[in-house]
Amino acid sequence: MPEIFQFDFMIRALIGGSMVAILAPSFGLFIVLRRLSLIADTLSHVALMGVAIGFVTSIYPTFVALIATTSSAAGIEQLRSRGRLPGDAALAVFLYSSLAIAVIVISKSSGFNADLFGYLFGTVLSITDRDLWLIGVLLIVVILFVASFYPELTQSAFDQDLAHVSGVRVTATNLALAVLTGATVTASMRVVGVLMVGALIVIPVLAALRLAHGFRAALVLAVGFGLISVWIGLAVAFYADLAAGGAIVLTTVAMLALAEIVGRLQDRFSSRRGRGAALPTPLSEAKGKDIEPANS
Amino acid sequence: MTMERRETDEMRSRDDTESQDNVTTGKQPAPWPEGSRSPNAPDNRPVVCEFNETWYSYDGGEPAVEDVSFKVRQGDFAAILGPNGSGKTTLLRLALGLLKPSNGVVELFGETSARFRDWSRVGYVPQRVEGLGSRFPATVEEIVEHGLYRGFDPLAIFRRHERKEVLDALDLAGISHLRTRAIESLSVGQRQRALIARAIAGEPELLFLDEPVSGVDAVGRDRFHELISSLNKEHGMTVFLISHDIGAVMQGATVCACINRTVVFHGAPHHITGEHLSELYGFPVDVLLHDALHEHR
Repeated sequence: MPEIFQFDFMIRALIGGSMVAILAPSFGLFIVLRRLSLIADTLSHVALMGVAIGFVTSIYPTFVALIATTSSAAGIEQLRSRGRLPGDAALAVFLYSSLAIAVIVISKSSGFNADLFGYLFGTVLSITDRDLWLIGVLLIVVILFVASFYPELTQSAFDQDLAHVSGVRVTATNLALAVLTGATVTASMRVVGVLMVGALIVIPVLAALRLAHGFRAALVLAVGFGLISVWIGLAVAFYADLAAGGAIVLTTVAMLALAEIVGRLQDRFSSRRGRGAALPTPLSEAKGKDIEPANS
Repeated sequence: MTMERRETDEMRSRDDTESQDNVTTGKQPAPWPEGSRSPNAPDNRPVVCEFNETWYSYDGGEPAVEDVSFKVRQGDFAAILGPNGSGKTTLLRLALGLLKPSNGVVELFGETSARFRDWSRVGYVPQRVEGLGSRFPATVEEIVEHGLYRGFDPLAIFRRHERKEVLDALDLAGISHLRTRAIESLSVGQRQRALIARAIAGEPELLFLDEPVSGVDAVGRDRFHELISSLNKEHGMTVFLISHDIGAVMQGATVCACINRTVVFHGAPHHITGEHLSELYGFPVDVLLHDALHEHR
């Protein structure tokens, strides 16, 4: 058995990391397509505020962070959907106000201790059973949500007005997506840390979008890139004695670069074959009269 | 045969329903254009969309829509014309319940648009789509599938693509050959056809289109309007089309509303005069008739 599997903390890290690798891109796909990538960054700062309050009040910090992120996500979505503030402005307000509260709370506590440092940069090698249970329950909720509300989520990501006219309850879908994104951010911060949690939500999705053909394929690919990044990142961190969070995030970036290279090779290959080759039937047999050249 | 004439004040006083085709072929001229109804016949067709003294202003500012009242009946091809900023899109968003009127009422199938829930009766083709341009990964087939949404279905993610309704809609829109292509890889005209296929997949009774051919070349525009006309005439869909391209929409429209914040003209397209268009656009307009179709310059 490889050395990496001989340690309980590494087994826990692999289980926790794998669950987060499924969780984060599942939501990330819908977040990225709605151009709300910065919501993950904002909610991670809100999570930091929750963690700081948890430390000061001696309540399980992850639980406090969970309450803070889910309620803030609901608040951001309300401000955005009612047009009270533009989407990016609402994110900025929540990001800086929560960061300011976190700084004040930390400065009033006994200082910037090692535990808090772990939340900032990831504590994947000290994930507890309680953390695993929390992430596990969340994973089940998220999988059920994405599977059950797949049509609503894809339609809302494509166009909110079109979704409304199809009968999708867009406001409720957006609110649920925001709240569960908050919960996902909280769960993911144990693996890669508050400062890098957005990377695990966004970067595997970007890599998947470069290669995927079809929405379901994009979802599967994004989760696949997330899992590979976590596994490679943890292995590199273990054998090279590096910070696990940083290693995982750098691996996601490497995956994105790889996807870009493969995507360009695919583009070059398909342009040599001609666009007609990509079609299921020869153009000459196609019924449509107005076959126009593609823009891209 | 194609003939043109410039309509003058004197000519306008003639029976404006006498088309050039009728003159040249020697047919008995119809008292009103083919496809439209006699102005005197009682119209018992159900009203599918109605604006009743509707007002709307954004953020309490100048009204974008002022006291607009008109009806669209089942089977109509209603063209909503007007210059940029005239409130056309606002009207459409009011009809679809995306905006709430500041005053007055907007109804869809007899229910206020805010309370309307039977969206399977309505199709919508927007001018542009938010999600496109962000490497949206869906195929044309997946997008058209959206048009079949009928409420919460927890197993939808596992359902197969090749549903008959999707294939029929793609066929009708003339893009069956693009079924497996990524929506992002299509040209503007092809994307609009994909959106049409999405809108008609669920066989709606009423189809809303918001300047669907902006950015499409002239040939593409003509073919697109032919498709809309065919959906109206052959498939019985009521059409509510917003456009600023008067000449193009006149090919199929049976009723026309000219909007410049308020209704400048409402009636059969062949009744539009240069005065109406001058009022609409704010500068003198002469009307050219071309095979009984009105064009403007």
